[in-house]
Amino acid sequence: MDAPEAPLPPVIYTMENKPIVTCAGDQNLFTSIYPTLSQQLPREPMEWRRSYGRAPKMIHLESNFVQFKEELLPKDGNKALLTFPFLHIYWTECCDTEVYKATVKDDLTKWQNVLKAHSSVDWLIVVVENDAKKKNKTNILPRTSIVDKIRNDFCNKQSDRCVVLSDPLKDSSRTQESWNAFLTKLRTSLLMSFTKNLGKFEDDMRTLREKRTEPGWSFCDYFMVQEELAFVFEMLQQFEDALVQYDELDALFSQYVVNFGAGDGANWLTFFCQPVKSWNGLILRKPIDMEKRELIQRQEATLLDLRSYLFSRQCTLLLFLQRPWEVAQRALELLHGCVQELKLLEVSVPPGALDCWVFLSCLEVLQRIEGCCDRAQIDSNIAHTVGLWSYATEKLKSLGYLCGLVSEKGPDSEDLNRTVDLLAGLGAERPETANTAQSPYKKLKEALSSVEAFEKHYLDLSHAAIEMHTSIGRLRSAKFVGKDLAEFYMRKKSPQKAEVYLQGALKNYLAEGWALPITHTRKQLAECQKHLGQTENYLQTSSLLASDHHLTEDERKHFCREILSFASRQTDSPGQKIVLPLHCFAQLRDLHFTPSNAVVHVGGVLSVEITLCSQMPMPVQVEQVTINVHFSIDKNNYRKTAEWLTKHKTSNGTINFPTETSPLPAPQNNLPALELYEMFERSPSDNSLNTTGIICKNVHMLLRRQESSTSLETSSGVALEDGAHVLKCSGVTLEPGANRITFRTQAREPGTYTLRQLCASVGPVRFVLPHLYPPVQYDVYSQEPQLRVEPLADSLLAGIPQKVKFTVTTGHYTVKNGDSLQLSNAEAMLILCHAENRAVIYSNTREKASDALLRVQSSDKVTSIGLPAAPAYHMIEFELEVLSLPSAPVTGGESSVLGMTESHRKHKDTQKAGQCMATTDHKVSIDCPWSIYSTVIALTFSVPFRTTHSLLSAGTRKYIQVCVQNLSELDFELSDGHLVDPDSNADLRLVPLNAKSPQHIRSKQSVFFVWELKWTREPPPSLRCRFSVGSSPASGGRLSIPLKPYTYEFQVENFFTLYNVRAEILPPSGTEHCRTGSLCSLEVSITRLSDLLEVDKDEALTESDEYFSTKLMYEVVDNSSNWAVCGKSSGVISMPVAARATHRVHMEVMPLFAGYLPLPDVRLFKYLPHHSAHSSQLDADSWIESDGLSVDKHVDEQPDGGGGRCRGSAHLASGGEHRGLPMPRLQALPPGQVFNASVGTQVLVIPSKDDHVLEVSVT
Amino acid sequence: MAVCVAVIAKENYPLYIRSAPTENELKFHYMVHTSLDVVDEKISAMGKALVDQRELYLGLLYPTEDYKMFRKLHNSYTDVMCNPFYNPGDRIQSRAFDSMVTSMMIQVC
Repeated sequence: MDAPEAPLPPVIYTMENKPIVTCAGDQNLFTSIYPTLSQQLPREPMEWRRSYGRAPKMIHLESNFVQFKEELLPKDGNKALLTFPFLHIYWTECCDTEVYKATVKDDLTKWQNVLKAHSSVDWLIVVVENDAKKKNKTNILPRTSIVDKIRNDFCNKQSDRCVVLSDPLKDSSRTQESWNAFLTKLRTSLLMSFTKNLGKFEDDMRTLREKRTEPGWSFCDYFMVQEELAFVFEMLQQFEDALVQYDELDALFSQYVVNFGAGDGANWLTFFCQPVKSWNGLILRKPIDMEKRELIQRQEATLLDLRSYLFSRQCTLLLFLQRPWEVAQRALELLHGCVQELKLLEVSVPPGALDCWVFLSCLEVLQRIEGCCDRAQIDSNIAHTVGLWSYATEKLKSLGYLCGLVSEKGPDSEDLNRTVDLLAGLGAERPETANTAQSPYKKLKEALSSVEAFEKHYLDLSHAAIEMHTSIGRLRSAKFVGKDLAEFYMRKKSPQKAEVYLQGALKNYLAEGWALPITHTRKQLAECQKHLGQTENYLQTSSLLASDHHLTEDERKHFCREILSFASRQTDSPGQKIVLPLHCFAQLRDLHFTPSNAVVHVGGVLSVEITLCSQMPMPVQVEQVTINVHFSIDKNNYRKTAEWLTKHKTSNGTINFPTETSPLPAPQNNLPALELYEMFERSPSDNSLNTTGIICKNVHMLLRRQESSTSLETSSGVALEDGAHVLKCSGVTLEPGANRITFRTQAREPGTYTLRQLCASVGPVRFVLPHLYPPVQYDVYSQEPQLRVEPLADSLLAGIPQKVKFTVTTGHYTVKNGDSLQLSNAEAMLILCHAENRAVIYSNTREKASDALLRVQSSDKVTSIGLPAAPAYHMIEFELEVLSLPSAPVTGGESSVLGMTESHRKHKDTQKAGQCMATTDHKVSIDCPWSIYSTVIALTFSVPFRTTHSLLSAGTRKYIQVCVQNLSELDFELSDGHLVDPDSNADLRLVPLNAKSPQHIRSKQSVFFVWELKWTREPPPSLRCRFSVGSSPASGGRLSIPLKPYTYEFQVENFFTLYNVRAEILPPSGTEHCRTGSLCSLEVSITRLSDLLEVDKDEALTESDEYFSTKLMYEVVDNSSNWAVCGKSSGVISMPVAARATHRVHMEVMPLFAGYLPLPDVRLFKYLPHHSAHSSQLDADSWIESDGLSVDKHVDEQPDGGGGRCRGSAHLASGGEHRGLPMPRLQALPPGQVFNASVGTQVLVIPSKDDHVLEVSVT
Repeated sequence: MAVCVAVIAKENYPLYIRSAPTENELKFHYMVHTSLDVVDEKISAMGKALVDQRELYLGLLYPTEDYKMFRKLHNSYTDVMCNPFYNPGDRIQSRAFDSMVTSMMIQVC
């Protein structure tokens, strides 16, 4: 390296450094100007434009003006910048040409030559003009002034190198102007010089840096060069730029260390690998630590020295830049970095030495920062300093452990030796801090001096760190420091102090679910609790640890044994119970009921099987496992009745419990969702709304204290319930993993039993699961005995044997041998006894238990069914055959019209109109052995047949047709159809015209029977008939008993034909056929067939002179609109009541269509005069039509209407009583009395020839 | 070189944590947990100042002289999250994620 010239005074590296400007020439002149100059120069800033694209800066220039000496000029290769004269000024006051020529010019020339010799081009010549002097010298020519001469002589094309300063000491505007121009020039020149010289310096420096791969390159040399630049920037108050220089050095060095670690070592680095011998920490109180700097300069610095020096410089600059927090942050990085680098470079460091260095450095940095900030600033920037605090704490702790200061006994001799060695490495305290009471040096020395002092310092630091962490919300860091503190206390055998820190940390880890820290902290806590004698807590922690899978098997077994040994030890002091939560000992996985619906009758046996997953690492003998059961009676609830329970509670009987995820935290947002329900409360009297609201059904889940769920460590908070109802299981060995435990209980009182707590007892230790969730219940019910009788099929059919099922639910009653059901016989229903009736006994769960023969004994009134013996809560099922006899009055006269037993028709069937079956109910009263009351059971039987009849005429011959319709689903066989006249009128004969029996009648089909009615004398107006037919199921096999025939009674009336009506249509005369559109004649002839009969005796009959006549009304109606009736279509005729009396009516009709057209209908009515004596009587059962002479059309639309209109009730078309006016009435003739001889006749109509109209209808 | 990789749920429990020298596992757990303090701070600061939200790297979280930690496995984490069978909040057991972490740890070692 280039040493500076020997006699140079040492440069004092302080803030006072200023760029050097030399002054030559008139020293007196300069001295007089200097005060003003040094005052004016920094007043205004100047913009410094910089090379390499760096941002321009405004800079206030100051200078150190020194007298010019040739020695000041640097020789070639001198890298010193601080002593570098940036500008040379020559001062002259000369105004006399003579003088100039004589002395000044020579002097100037000499000065210039010296500068040139050192190739210094930064110079300036200042000519001070003084008016006073000028006036004295009158011979001065203004044109050739001295300035011009100088410019001419020296400033070769650089006339601005010569500046005039006019009257510098006067106070005039001219003076001011002149000063300003001069200062500007001076500043510009200085900056130009800086730019040029620094630029050159930087270039040289870079060149040097590029040589760093060369063998002889030395980091220290380079360090000195770049630091020179930093100094200049610092001198120019460009601290940012200065800092950049140091940062570059820092980065360069770091990179070398990293490369060294990667195997790329540089020779010079070996200097820094010397063993660490001194560890006296950073020194930040001096701007420049000359001592260290010299070590670097001499290439004797160790790594720590270099780092310390570098950091102290960075620190100084950062503080100049008002960035103290960056100091703290960088300090932490530096300390960590140094520790790393020493490791990387494999520098040998005595144990504890680095801890000392770090500790001292931390405190030094903190004190330095505190020294330049006020309290408020520090408090608001704890986040930056807290790292140093906790680092210092940590280091002090490890020093304490190293030096044996953290133990009960205190340090031994080896520890003391180590302490002495460490203190030796600190050296003597530096003079800067010697007078400071709390200097890091003193602190460390004191802390290592005694156990008590160490404790004091360590606690101070720890508490401060915890407090700081807490104050800025770094709770985890605070807890972590707290854990160290707890460890310390444990070492000091003060577990009571350690506990709170361990609990705090554990709570934090639990809340955030950090399994390994939880396990570790718990282990520490267990030890702590053991020392403290907190039995319950210790056992709980032990159980948690024993179930912790992060521990080794041995550790877990250890903690398990701890519990077991406690349990066995304590047996001699009874009464004391330790209640611990179950979940860490074993977990309830599932629960299974037998019977699976968890419903059991009183006295029944219920078993509950649970799967308990033991968390212990080894088998544990549990004396007793109990389940606490809560009993409640809810009698009024229908849901608790036997019927509901046995039918509706059908689960598979297994309840799964959610596995408790212990290591995962219960995150705050993991609360169950609100289960809200609307609630309406109505007044019981009038059902009006009293209150309404919303109920939260899971309040117990939501309003649980959040803390208690996580801090199970402190107190279990488990209350042991003592209840009367307990399920027990003794002497269970819980193997690790799943264990099945079965509880059995006999149900006693009916009600609901809720399983509440599960408890496992090991000695005095109770492991309790305080709540079973989801809730588990079983129900016990008691049931009254019941008898149920129901048909086997959908409906029972009358007339044939039908099966009926009897179900006896025994309930709490035990059926003994000899118990029987007494059935009081219904009249028309038989109970058919078979020899081999069997009863089946089922258990409560529908499993077949046994079957037995049924004893049925029948007497006239009572049928006794002997029940087989059956235990309580069983079912006896058997079937009996019953037969509903077709009872005699069912088809009696009154119900004979349609063969339907209207009175028994079920209401629900009416909608099916005529297609449903008639029904009969039979009530059976049954006496049961368990009750003094009779049970009445109604059985409904349906009559499978519907029978109708009709009267058919052929002229005067009469036929009776009976139709039997099978409404049931079964096929029947009909045999022996008979129709008899019960009055056995000898004049009448019924001649069957039927097929041979038996006849098959399928489901939903009909069979017709026809008889011809013959008589010999005048027939009676009405005739009673009884139809009977034997019926049996078509596929029934042989029946045990003969079945009664099916009967149907009815009556036919007015069956004798009185009138024959014949209609005929004749084509117009001269034509062969009728034509559409042309009139044809309609001839109607009405012929009386008999003389006066009984039936004619009504008000239509008029008598005069033994001659009878009756009034009839005819009407021609064409409902199919084939014909247009022209003229009168109806009329009243008077008909003589005598055989063969004929009345002819002629009418004109016109066919409207072509083809074979049926004839229009001709209807006959009795025409009753209004003055009828019977009118009032008729009113009673006839309906009156409001329209005058309209006719009830119904009559005619019933072509096969039977002759037997019951009681002549319905169809009197009448206008008689209309509003009191006397009107004639019409009465339809019973169809049996009129025979229409031309019914079904058709007439051929041919289309008319002139019919050209084609009708097209479009829809 | 990564010595420990941890993915932490927003409730601050570890979704995934793995460290290279297994004997020091506990220490790393403590360290990662403590560093959550700084994560909390930085994330809450993110809300206040308009820091570029896309910058996922949070910087130095925990002062340690032993290791420098960093966190850069966001892409792989996103993949895990995109797995329809992954239940957000569960611990990560993805094999792909595991091997990615392994490669991160080996990379510079």
